Amino acid sequence: MKPAKFEHQRMTSVDDAVKALGEADKEIRVLGGGQSLGPMMNLRLAQPDVLLDLSRVDGLTDIEEDGNRLKIGSRVTHARIEDGEVPGTTGAYMQFVASGISYRSVRNRGTIGGSVAHSDPAADWPSALLALGGHVTAAGPEGLRTISLDGFTVGPFSTGLGFDEVLTGFELAVLGPGARWGYYKVNRKPGEFADAIGAITVGAEPRAVCGATESAPFRVPEIEQRLSAGADELSVVDARNILEEHDTGFDDYELQIHAVALSRAVKRAFE
Amino acid sequence: MTELSLKINGEDIAADVEHRLSLADFIRDHRRLTGTHLGCEHGVCGACTVLMDGEPVRSCITLAAVADGTEITTIEGFDDDEPMSDLRQAFHENHALQCGYCTPGMLIAARDIVTRLPDAEEDRVRLELAGNLCRCTGYVGIVKAILSVLDQGRA
Repeated sequence: MKPAKFEHQRMTSVDDAVKALGEADKEIRVLGGGQSLGPMMNLRLAQPDVLLDLSRVDGLTDIEEDGNRLKIGSRVTHARIEDGEVPGTTGAYMQFVASGISYRSVRNRGTIGGSVAHSDPAADWPSALLALGGHVTAAGPEGLRTISLDGFTVGPFSTGLGFDEVLTGFELAVLGPGARWGYYKVNRKPGEFADAIGAITVGAEPRAVCGATESAPFRVPEIEQRLSAGADELSVVDARNILEEHDTGFDDYELQIHAVALSRAVKRAFE
Repeated sequence: MTELSLKINGEDIAADVEHRLSLADFIRDHRRLTGTHLGCEHGVCGACTVLMDGEPVRSCITLAAVADGTEITTIEGFDDDEPMSDLRQAFHENHALQCGYCTPGMLIAARDIVTRLPDAEEDRVRLELAGNLCRCTGYVGIVKAILSVLDQGRA
């Protein structure tokens, strides 16, 4: 038995979880698939007193296209996205991202909502979804609200969710059939957490994201402007010069791998 | 303590366990099914891989409490399973194990590859094996064994 002692509570509804969070007088964490929190608890980096387990909660596992919005429940697993359950070009992009997250036996349990709520800077979804754009939906004592993905990730293990809110899903931008996307993750072995992420979508409004930073992933407006103007490539030197103008705190090596990730993401988008 | 009722290798089991007990420790220490091995205990090495409702999962980072109501298959539970019989034979013939520590997880991951990805070629097999660490064989025998079972299925 490796984790510190805690109480595991099976939730039967999101409302129960919101209520429990609101009444908490101890450290309390929401448990999705547990594939990030589980290891952290085994290593005792995380020692919550109470876990609110959402695995019995219905209604958080749907994927549906609704006009120009794609609704994805928070408990949709990486494996389902890898298997192509999300439709269209957005689905193809998300399928590529999902297939690079850890390993199949982890993807079978790990959830997209859990990953974004957990907000490990080296995880894939916080960066990948920022490059897509859209909203997070969260349930709180006042009911449901939507929060823009822009700025949702505040920093390591820190998001725009209130202490008494539960992430219930996403409303994501739908990329048209002609849209392009590129995702590049620098890591030493397939499936590992990223050392650097470059994520690009070129739909109606291009979005470029520098991810796996020391803090939150961020959009790079200079690259987005170039893509809007029709650029179909980005050299490593240019990417590096652009990133140098941002307050990243990168050392020389980090600057280089993030520039490489962005340059290769653009290359992949136009291959 | 929390009450559990689940199926392991076809047997109905009810138990009262500590909240923080992992599924791996429940399988090994409470059920004495020691074929499931523990390596890193944080989801990286794959030695603890079991099937939960037919899908491979890491039993070291899955709580026993979360496995309540599910059906678990450990390495001891594949006696009558055709893909697993083929894989066991192929592992034997291709020298796909040496010390054997990774083998239970490796076989369950291999079974997932041959059943989920019947068209997989060597590159894909190697990619899929990224989540199961073997420090003896260098993977050559393991990859050959899995490819031989895939080839049998394609013949």
